Amino acid sequence: MKPAAAPSPWRDPVVLLAVPALLYLVLLYALPLLWLLAKSFVGADGLTLRPYVDFFADPFNWRVVWNTLGIALWVTLVCLVIGYPAAFALARAGAALQIAMLVAIILPLSVGVVVKSFAWQIVLRRDGVISQFLVGIGLWDEPQRLLFTETGLVLGAANIFLPFMILPIYSVVKLIDPRLLEAGATLGAAPLYRFVKIMLPLTLPGVVSGIAFVFSMSVSMYVIPSLLIGDRFQTLSTLTGRSFLFMRNEQLGSTTAVILLALAIGVVVGSSWLARRLGSSA
Amino acid sequence: MTPIERAARALMWAAALFTVVFLMTPLVVTVAVSFGSSSVFTLPPPDWSLRWYERLANTRGLWPALLTSLQVAAFSTAVAMVLGTLCAIALVRGRFPGREAIATFLISPLMLPGLVVGIAMLQGFKAAGLREAYSSLLVAHVVITLPYIVRTVLAALSLFDFSLIDAARTLGCSYPTAILRVLVPALGPAFLTSGMFAFLASMDNYPISIFFTDAWTKTLPIQMLQYVEENPDPTIAAISTGLVLLAILALVVGDRLVGLRKLADF
Repeated sequence: MKPAAAPSPWRDPVVLLAVPALLYLVLLYALPLLWLLAKSFVGADGLTLRPYVDFFADPFNWRVVWNTLGIALWVTLVCLVIGYPAAFALARAGAALQIAMLVAIILPLSVGVVVKSFAWQIVLRRDGVISQFLVGIGLWDEPQRLLFTETGLVLGAANIFLPFMILPIYSVVKLIDPRLLEAGATLGAAPLYRFVKIMLPLTLPGVVSGIAFVFSMSVSMYVIPSLLIGDRFQTLSTLTGRSFLFMRNEQLGSTTAVILLALAIGVVVGSSWLARRLGSSA
Repeated sequence: MTPIERAARALMWAAALFTVVFLMTPLVVTVAVSFGSSSVFTLPPPDWSLRWYERLANTRGLWPALLTSLQVAAFSTAVAMVLGTLCAIALVRGRFPGREAIATFLISPLMLPGLVVGIAMLQGFKAAGLREAYSSLLVAHVVITLPYIVRTVLAALSLFDFSLIDAARTLGCSYPTAILRVLVPALGPAFLTSGMFAFLASMDNYPISIFFTDAWTKTLPIQMLQYVEENPDPTIAAISTGLVLLAILALVVGDRLVGLRKLADF
């Protein structure tokens, strides 16, 4: 089938099969994104950084950026603290618990974000299950409303993104040979030392990709803050949505959209660079 | 076992238990509320009732939105399936440079903020003269579903032994028959699971769809959110319960086809 001397790999007719999908994405997705990006640097008289200068001149907008990053950091931290040990449990659990955990992790992934955010509106109410539980165990003296607070937003978002922290860490933990730890023990390493010197470096690539997933999704989440905290608390994403959908301020919307895009690309590129570095040194 | 090891072990199992309870809470709460009689989401419900399902049946905006969402999801998944599979074959079989970059590009709509992609597409479509809501939704949702198909089919194809097709041809099959009887069955599970998750992703999408809806054409998540904001009552819990059932169905099918552990591969 193959030509005796292939002059160029592009002559291979199988390349043509990639054309429809690529053409579709380039025309309908990549070009519009590049156009959005380019347009934000073009003013009435040529190239300009004016929209960005104006944006960062306003202290309110700094607050918005700070809100976005702050919430994303908290959500990522909560997911990491719960997800890291949970990923180990998932890898080590017996059959029954493992199935329960897998169902609990995968099932919510196939339920929509609108459904889960709506559920959290109910969970975070003054008479919701969290408030009832905390009063029940005596941690709170009286029921409190968590809905429309930053804490409530972090809890809801962490709940929705937790699977994206557990699964990447689980995928590296399940590959670790348990005999490595035994070897460490035989050689006299204390448990904490074994964890820091053996376990932590081996799981780091999974941790990095989990953090990247959760952080970038938290930065760009839109439905969750709309339902759980409302207009009082603006993030880059909600501000972008509002500028286009309600305020009809396309200028502001494009500026925040490009900042959001830059943040997201930064996280993806940065994390894959870090993962490669960790992978080559491990 | 030293105390530190015991503490670590306890922490691990506590995290496992917490994870199961924490992740299942929103789903359980939704289902419980939908079968309760209380209109203010009292839990546990004072009494069981089907009144929210009755109201759901009589809620006018939601059913056309569900229909729109089902159509858009089915159409975009089908188109993405064809485009994605062809492209995956090219990436696995071809020997041209930049294949990894192309794969990353095809999956990138999953990694970028949906809202930004939606805005860019809105402006791009407008410039191209496409203004009609329904066709814009169909076109835009292919970009949402394509990454799911490419990711899974690419993984399945790279495990497929293409010499099997040559073997089938040696045994007298024509080329199309060989593809149909050897390649397609081998990719069957990948098609079904990726198609299912692509379909669910399209059904669930809010941040891109919001830019392509008008007064007549709304997808289900858009209509649901609007309903929640206008009259927050457990009717939404009733339709959510339906969507949870759909997700359970998808999970059962996925488990039968490829197994739960395989679904958790990342």
